Amino acid sequence: MKEKFIINGKEKYLTFDADERLVTSLRNNGFKEVKNGCLEGECGACMILLDDKPVHSCQIFTASVINKNIQTVKGIGDLHFPHIIQNAFVEAGAVQCGFCTPGFIIAAYALLKENSNPTENEIKRAIDGNLCRCTGYVKIIDAIKNASKTIQKEKVEL
Amino acid sequence: MKNLKTIGKSKKKIDALSLATGTSKFTDDYDVKNPLFVSFLYSPYAHAEILNIDDKVAKEINGVVDILHYKNVTNQKLHTTAGQGYPEPSPYDTLLFDSKMRYVGDRVAAVIAESKKIADDAVKKIKVEYKKLTPVFNSEKALQKDAPRIHGEERFMPIPVKYEPENNLAAEVEIGFGDIDKGEKEADFIFENKYSTHYASHAAIEPHSVITHFDEMGRLVIITSTQVPFHVRRIVSKVLEYPLSKIRVIKPRIGGGFGGKQEVFLEPIAALITIKHKRPTKIILSRKEVFQSSRTRHPMKIKLKTGVKNNGEITFLNMHALLNTGAYGSHALTIVSNAGSKTLPFFNKIKNIHFLGQSAYTNLPVGGAYRGYGATQGYFALNQQIDIITRKLNLDILEYIKKWHIKTGETSEVFKALGEGTEGVTQIIHSCEIDKCIDQGAKEIDWYNKRDKKITTNEDTVRGVGIGFSMQGSGIPLIDMGSASMKMNDDGSFNLFVGATDIGTGSDTILSQIAAEVLGVSLDKIIVFSSDTDWTPFDVGAYASSTTYVSGTAVKKCAEKIKKQILEVATQMLDTKEKNLSVADEKITDTTTNQSVTLGEIGEYTLYTKDQFQVQASASNVPKLSPPPFIAQFAEVEVDKKTGEIKIIKFVSAVDCGVALNPKLAEGQIEGAAVNGICYALTENYKFSKSGKLTNQTFNDYKIWTANDLPEMKTIIVESDEKTGPFGAKSVGEIGINGPLPAIANAIYDAVGVRLYHAPFTAEKIYSELLKK
Repeated sequence: MKEKFIINGKEKYLTFDADERLVTSLRNNGFKEVKNGCLEGECGACMILLDDKPVHSCQIFTASVINKNIQTVKGIGDLHFPHIIQNAFVEAGAVQCGFCTPGFIIAAYALLKENSNPTENEIKRAIDGNLCRCTGYVKIIDAIKNASKTIQKEKVEL
Repeated sequence: MKNLKTIGKSKKKIDALSLATGTSKFTDDYDVKNPLFVSFLYSPYAHAEILNIDDKVAKEINGVVDILHYKNVTNQKLHTTAGQGYPEPSPYDTLLFDSKMRYVGDRVAAVIAESKKIADDAVKKIKVEYKKLTPVFNSEKALQKDAPRIHGEERFMPIPVKYEPENNLAAEVEIGFGDIDKGEKEADFIFENKYSTHYASHAAIEPHSVITHFDEMGRLVIITSTQVPFHVRRIVSKVLEYPLSKIRVIKPRIGGGFGGKQEVFLEPIAALITIKHKRPTKIILSRKEVFQSSRTRHPMKIKLKTGVKNNGEITFLNMHALLNTGAYGSHALTIVSNAGSKTLPFFNKIKNIHFLGQSAYTNLPVGGAYRGYGATQGYFALNQQIDIITRKLNLDILEYIKKWHIKTGETSEVFKALGEGTEGVTQIIHSCEIDKCIDQGAKEIDWYNKRDKKITTNEDTVRGVGIGFSMQGSGIPLIDMGSASMKMNDDGSFNLFVGATDIGTGSDTILSQIAAEVLGVSLDKIIVFSSDTDWTPFDVGAYASSTTYVSGTAVKKCAEKIKKQILEVATQMLDTKEKNLSVADEKITDTTTNQSVTLGEIGEYTLYTKDQFQVQASASNVPKLSPPPFIAQFAEVEVDKKTGEIKIIKFVSAVDCGVALNPKLAEGQIEGAAVNGICYALTENYKFSKSGKLTNQTFNDYKIWTANDLPEMKTIIVESDEKTGPFGAKSVGEIGINGPLPAIANAIYDAVGVRLYHAPFTAEKIYSELLKK
């Protein structure tokens, strides 16, 4: 199949099989920033924003989201224009192996867009769908707190 | 340390932004044209002989290219998958495809197809005729005379140590000194307990992945998710009898290792397929395969007998560690050795010691290296034993540890007697600040207001605190080798090439910091490139807590050679003597005239101006010592007496890792290890059916913690200065996983008086122990 999607703000055509999961289609069509850690909806490495909601893209059939709005970590910010959240992860030491990081950035972005001043518990709940084996989460939580402060201070709209 | 510009600073991890923006490439992110895909058929039986494989139907499926199994892969070589130094101290007991199956999940065949889907479908069409054999799952039973025999007599150890496959004995090591009988006589009390630890998955979020292809010159390229690229090259070359010079191993970004990617079990298969079919090959394990058929933490049973005088002096210690290595003996000798070698020197005043380490083959999943590497298992036993002893003698456990632990300037006979399965290396402790770790950690957890207080928060819940102390090592002395090379560019920047393998730890950053500090440049002037067997010098890889200490010293030596060359050029350019020169702020200044040249000017001068040459150097390092880092970890728990449920309230780690070259990265190592250790203690375990099948091989059924499960976490870095390490550093990668298991067990006892000798600590276990009281 070949169908249209809006990916990171641009119209894109993805080629995919009828029974394919969205993570696979995205990766096969070049969106390698979406990682595949378990294919069972548990690890969150494949997390994307689907119409602004964070979802595990391995749990979605590609054919079910044709024409929808998809945002990957690269749509949030890239090497040349990183987002405040990405910078906050770097500054806090929240990135070790980095395989889970794109998913965490997505989860953090979705949280801070809804609630720019979350409590620690709200942060922990927001990233409950993402597994990290390297950091013990401590510095990820720090990073999201710091990003929240910057977003409020600079009055940034997500 | 004074006047350091880069060392000791929490510099940003140099690959962090690339990872946070999704630009970095992991193995599966590499595009290769028209690759072959691979699916494996695994044994459904724990112990069986394959009588016949019929792959005719499967082979006829459109898109299936080949099917490999014992019948058509001939002239196979026995080898070990353990990515260790050569010759490996692990038994050669593995074939790529065998006719005998030794656990549920053992490899029967590989289907090679044009797509993953076709390969998956074809796997189901292979018909295998098995003759079921009686399995053995229990490590003690496996060593009994009438036990089913798992391996044949052609298996062998490549080093001269005890190995008896006919008795399912994958390894044995025994040491002793003093006189145990004398120690028994001198003792006022004797404590004898049995402890056991369980299976665990490394659960790196990136599954094991490998891509192989031929480059445009016809050389075999292996892009792989590995901790040991140079061992991969060697093992693939030897197993396939393919020239090492024609193999290039590339380590891209690695999505976590923790020991699980120190195993070379996929690369030879992918390489074999590419060599045979002259096409790129891609193998990416599913999460189920990672749980079942990659590697695990070895379960261990430890019998610990100690005699103690009334004053607390330990008169003898007798430890018998029995490791269950599963179907194959990867790391079977060295991990059981480390259960002794990392624990027994801690209380170095014990005069009479006996240690017996044994590893048994069973028909269960295969063990391998796992962060902590036997020390985790050994310290589980030793820490609880000390808790039991000090409670019996009514001694303050913190003061007890401080009194009896090994001190700076002291040694232990164990260092020499027990190394990596063979004799070790004599060493004196040059740095040890565990007293401060204990004091600062105790203060943070508010120990003396909580210990033995049985604080209740409501009518059903009681709180308690416990400690877990440990030491680890920094590399394997006289065995590990790391090396580095550098060259200077015309703008005064430097390329740094290291074989050291950054698997997410931040070693690329740490090693660059070392080079930048020596050369007096900012971190962005160091362009680091790691782990490509064609481009970088050799390094054993990321294991044994070695990178900072072993490879870091190589980088320091290399940068010092570069600095010497730069100074020589500066003496010409400034027409002065070397003793007049000072290096700072990216320039060399003649202190007598105040004239200076920048590193950029020196770079241009050497490359373009006069007597041109490339400023370049290389250096290697084989450590003579393995200075241990020390840690004190504290858990505060709350136990629900009605249900046995346990909640961790707070967890504190205070670590002496020498000088923390990058404090934030060092904290990250401890925090990650501590959380891994906490969920190992509480929720992680392999559950097997009666026939030996792993039944919880998903993240849904095998619970690793999320942020939402976290207690309050606190990490304290207690600096010491390790004179033998680069800028005073020791290791920090593994040690943080040792404390949670015993600290939580000791805290549970403190809360409700239940002693848990067998991990993990489930609510059911605690509840049933509470009922017995």
